[in-house]
Amino acid sequence: MALWIVLAAVALVVLWGIWAYNRLVSLRNQVANGWRQIDVQLKRRYDLIPNLVNAVRGYMKYEQETLERVIQARNQAVAARSVGEAAQREAELAGVLGRLFALMENYPELKANQNVLQLQEELTSTENKIAFARQFYNDVATKYNIARETFPSNLIAKLFGFQAAELFAVADEREREAPQVSLGW
Amino acid sequence: MNIWEQQARNRRNTVLLVLLFLVMAAAVGYGADYLFFDGQALLLTPVAAAIAIVQALVGYFTGDKIALALSRAYPVTGRTFAERQLINVTEEMAIAAGIPMPKLYIVPDPDPNAFATGRSPRHASVAVTEGLLQRLTRDELQAVVAHEIGHIRNYDIRLMTMVAILLGTVLVLSDFVRRALFYGVNRRRRDEGGAVLLVLWLVLAILAPIAAYLIAMAVSRQREYYADATSAELTRNPEALIRALQKIAAAVAPTTTIPQSLAHMCIEDPRGRAINERTGFWSELFATHPPLHKRIEALRKMAYLTVAS
Repeated sequence: MALWIVLAAVALVVLWGIWAYNRLVSLRNQVANGWRQIDVQLKRRYDLIPNLVNAVRGYMKYEQETLERVIQARNQAVAARSVGEAAQREAELAGVLGRLFALMENYPELKANQNVLQLQEELTSTENKIAFARQFYNDVATKYNIARETFPSNLIAKLFGFQAAELFAVADEREREAPQVSLGW
Repeated sequence: MNIWEQQARNRRNTVLLVLLFLVMAAAVGYGADYLFFDGQALLLTPVAAAIAIVQALVGYFTGDKIALALSRAYPVTGRTFAERQLINVTEEMAIAAGIPMPKLYIVPDPDPNAFATGRSPRHASVAVTEGLLQRLTRDELQAVVAHEIGHIRNYDIRLMTMVAILLGTVLVLSDFVRRALFYGVNRRRRDEGGAVLLVLWLVLAILAPIAAYLIAMAVSRQREYYADATSAELTRNPEALIRALQKIAAAVAPTTTIPQSLAHMCIEDPRGRAINERTGFWSELFATHPPLHKRIEALRKMAYLTVAS
């Protein structure tokens, strides 16, 4: 009888271990997936920025400096390696892009240009997608980290060496609103 | 209640709804057997049950297509700027919610409205009216799409689409019962047991559509609050949804292109009925949507909270 109880207890622990391990793996995959989603949108933004800059260059003759800064910030962001560095470069890029969008408000001819409008919409949307992808990434990464660190699933996490997921810690809200700054100029 | 509990509850309610529907159909079949064959042969019972099962399967797998066809929705191509923008805000919200991109449709109607349909996040569609695209700003459109994405993520669409399809069948069945009674009673002698059964049958025939309707209403009202909350959670911008709801409500013309049977699926009642705006027992019972001022009040509270934190 005692043997059976011990066997049942062991079986329960093993079953729980399998469940906890699978949950951690599935969460880790979600985190990786969320990361890829951000990457997809970032690449899209890197492609769109030169197009927009070229489309508005002819109109914005006196803003060459801002345009150069945008291109420069873009190139720096492309070159970034770690999550932390990428987040910082991205924040800078979003800042100068917000400036560019704000300056574009001063050029009524730009608003009549269908091509520019289209590019601006695509870029605004991509900005949003990056922010929302980050929001989602941070949500799943937090969920994963909690599962990794709380008892008892942390035992399984330690046993199989699950690494912590890095979070985006940039002032997210300010960055999200950057493209919409059109007042005050 | 968190999202997993909401999803689980919706799945359970869908199963309950279908079971209730099958039982009702079988009861109608059994009553017909009694009326026409004196209960000697069970012929119409399996027929009714089979029809009901087929109907439920059709509703489950093609309910979204039926709902879209009924409202004459056409797929979005992205050729115009407005359509491009709709695709963009939907992609944004799908990313924020972590679900696949739903299919997009436009309903040719100048009145602003929107609904979502389908059976799961992988098989989901969002339809908006032309009027909605014309009247709303980008932020407001995003908030409305986020509301619909909320319905998709919570599996509201599965339950609401099934309600729409099965409600139609219940109406047809109860109509059949009334006709059968009209002819059947003339044919049969009225023995006591039979009379009791017939009365029960009649009550069922009258009450079934009302019960089905009440389920549809109750199902819909609660969910609007949840979907509003999801919209605020995804966009972090409840004010945009408040403005959008006000614009949708201010457009007085009813959304005629969307049929009444789909009213409970829309973001605002396409019939523009006054009953939704009142509070109290009867309007609570029959309205498909909570009063707008209550929805806005709830959203204002969320806006205050996001500002405070």
